[in-house]
Amino acid sequence: MNDKKILELEYSTHDSDRMRINVGPQHPSTHGVLRLEVEIDGEIVTEVVPHLGYLHRSFEKHCENMTYPQITPYIDRMDYISAMNNEWPYVMALEKMMDIKVPEKVDYIRVIIAELNRIANHQIAVATFGMDAGAFTPFLYFFRDREYILWIFEKLCGARLLYNYFRVGGLSADIYPTFKEECLDVIKKVRKTNAEVMNLLINNKIFLQRTTKIGILPADVAINYACSGPVLRGSGVKYDLRKDETYSIYNKFDFDIPVGKGAAGILGDCWDRNMVRMDEMEQSCKIIEQALAQMPAEGDVKAAIPKKIKLPKGEVYMRAEGPKGDLGFYIVSNGSDKPERVKARGTSFVNLSVIPEISKGYMFADLILILGSIDIVLGEVDR
Amino acid sequence: MLPNEIYNNLKTEFGDAIIEYNDAQPTDPFILISTDKLFDVCHTLRDNEEFLFDYLMCLSGMDLGDSMGVVYHLYSMTHKHKVVLKVSAPKSDPRVPSVEKIWRTADWHEREAYDLLGIQFEGHHNMIRILCPYDWEGHPLRKDYKVPEFYHGMKVS
Repeated sequence: MNDKKILELEYSTHDSDRMRINVGPQHPSTHGVLRLEVEIDGEIVTEVVPHLGYLHRSFEKHCENMTYPQITPYIDRMDYISAMNNEWPYVMALEKMMDIKVPEKVDYIRVIIAELNRIANHQIAVATFGMDAGAFTPFLYFFRDREYILWIFEKLCGARLLYNYFRVGGLSADIYPTFKEECLDVIKKVRKTNAEVMNLLINNKIFLQRTTKIGILPADVAINYACSGPVLRGSGVKYDLRKDETYSIYNKFDFDIPVGKGAAGILGDCWDRNMVRMDEMEQSCKIIEQALAQMPAEGDVKAAIPKKIKLPKGEVYMRAEGPKGDLGFYIVSNGSDKPERVKARGTSFVNLSVIPEISKGYMFADLILILGSIDIVLGEVDR
Repeated sequence: MLPNEIYNNLKTEFGDAIIEYNDAQPTDPFILISTDKLFDVCHTLRDNEEFLFDYLMCLSGMDLGDSMGVVYHLYSMTHKHKVVLKVSAPKSDPRVPSVEKIWRTADWHEREAYDLLGIQFEGHHNMIRILCPYDWEGHPLRKDYKVPEFYHGMKVS
């Protein structure tokens, strides 16, 4: 039914007028305030033009007027689903410039927190993707489980969504006594729900029919568009910064990089991208278990840093693997306590740019699923 | 391949178009390239067997005070090496060749640099604003930018 070839055949036999319609910016299935100008021929999408900027908050302009520590809360507001992962490349960039070595315990806590946040992000991604396909139950299951992760974050830093937890040279607070048990408990719950969702949603016949063989993204196109994260790995490219450009202490852990195999349809289709996220949650659980076992019980969570954070003259580009893909910060310093220029390479911004390429020739209803499979957050697209 | 080897190889092929190799700063060294040869250099960097820079990590516009600059962060999926390229253009009429045809990801990055800094990318198929409204005046990330008081009768600041 969803085979592209058949659709092209139908398309060529019908000579109807094309229509341009608007999707968004105020529409739940655009995952935020994204406006898509879609040209359709009957039910078939012939062109997609994204219009961005509805959530533009001049992040880069603000950065030029703020000191380095003041910028971190703004970074939380870029990708507000996975704020912990966002802060990491930024503080790493500053640490690299200032030549600060963080204590061992900080690295472990950062890894655990980042992986927990990755799970929370993928839960939302898979849940909303299921919603786009019309499955409401997994959405409720995932949001229930995500709440346990947010509780841990709340106990750590007092905030549920926008944490400001990663600081230059350390963290804002140490872990609390029952942290370890609660993390292990969360992992148990995540695994249980994932097993349930695999039966309920991922291998569901209706879901398979809706999501396979649509939005096919070949590997070379994905690389040319600089896609990253599950979007790139869904196309079968084994590329993950945690392995390819190991940072922090990821080299101490044993984990796999799940890639799309075209198991249910064609390599690089929406189902593959979604499946990569499901597999990554399991890998994150594995990393958290190892990190919890190896983490030193005692230790400082703050390195010795100067009172006023000043960067030496120069520039740095630092990237890290967020749940959505590479998130990079290009920071140019003029030697003062305020940056000369901060450019954020928003993962969703780059991943979204592939939409016009991969949604042509499919049904209009599939466009919503293709957009859902990219997993964007408009706060990061528009910055 | 290390950045200085890349620089030497490019220097032998392009000569004067490769202006400078700078490793004076504490982190990533960069290669300064003549603006009019940028497209050819980038094409070589992507397709030459020893470079194979198929992944444009980031493209950022810069206001350098008396000129405008563009910075390219490249990565190779095959060789796993990185390089930073820089070009500059005069501030009165900044024009830089577009690399959109080499790396499609540059499309939106270049539109962003045009939107926020007013750098014109020659050869780009659709050089319009991306983040600000289409009828916005001025380029906000320029150091001499003055925030307008009103936008369509609405108070801005």
